[in-house]
Amino acid sequence: MRSIFLLLALLINTAHAEVLYPLQTAKQEAQFKHLLADLRCLVCQNQDLADSNAGLAKDLRAEVYNRVKDGQSDSEIIQYLTERYGDFILFNPPMKGITVFLWFAPLIFLGVGFIIFWRRFR
Amino acid sequence: MKALHWRLAPFFIFLALVLVFWRGLALDPHHLPSTKVGQPLPSFQLTSFGETKRSSKSMLGHVSLLNVWASWCMACADEQAVLMRLAKQGVSIYGLNYKDSMDNAKEWLSEWGNPYQQIGEDVDGKVAINLGVYGAPETFLIDKNGIIRYRHVGALTMVIWEKEFAPLIQLLESVE
Repeated sequence: MRSIFLLLALLINTAHAEVLYPLQTAKQEAQFKHLLADLRCLVCQNQDLADSNAGLAKDLRAEVYNRVKDGQSDSEIIQYLTERYGDFILFNPPMKGITVFLWFAPLIFLGVGFIIFWRRFR
Repeated sequence: MKALHWRLAPFFIFLALVLVFWRGLALDPHHLPSTKVGQPLPSFQLTSFGETKRSSKSMLGHVSLLNVWASWCMACADEQAVLMRLAKQGVSIYGLNYKDSMDNAKEWLSEWGNPYQQIGEDVDGKVAINLGVYGAPETFLIDKNGIIRYRHVGALTMVIWEKEFAPLIQLLESVE
């Protein structure tokens, strides 16, 4: 019985969250959610936009919401934000000249490790 | 000899990592890249304390500063003495009143002085987002053609002014 109440309370909570940013389709809701989780709050830098309560994060949430509602794609919204705030706003850095080392360093280190291992035990 | 060389490899990798991270410690994570530098100022129209409309076009034709400020911003008060001094020197400064209430802003200006030629009210912060603002105060240097040439985040000081802004303004004003 108690667990049912708990479940109900949880359901009411999530329903309440969606009233703040009502969207027409489930697809848009999913897009809005995953965009907010992928975007960094620029004030409290290790929180995403969904979690942050900073003033700027609220404004950016509203900005993303309006763009999702207008039917813009992920790449359009992300382009709009990175043109203004740089790649730093993305938790997932894009692959380009300056980030190649970031993406491939683990492979390089693994390779170096294998070479050392092979040389040592041959 | 060769075996010893390979055994030392992890140590050298460790040293390289120490150097990388040591340098990383000196970086300020709150200093974000200014992606808008070199691009035109986005055009906007804002009210000035509920009255006349102010257009970003009025900034064209001369080198000017666009200062993002608010009465709730503590560092803005520190900065105001510098801005007043610059206004006296003849620098044209425009104010973007960021997410403020009109009454607070007016009171604040009468207390700390008004260095601004014009003030636009960005009540919902939309213009600030368009500019890539992430915290007041911020100061943008705009050239004659409305291109953003420099951006400073945080309170402006005379040291920063002399070092970053003054030489750039001299250069921009010499170009026709």
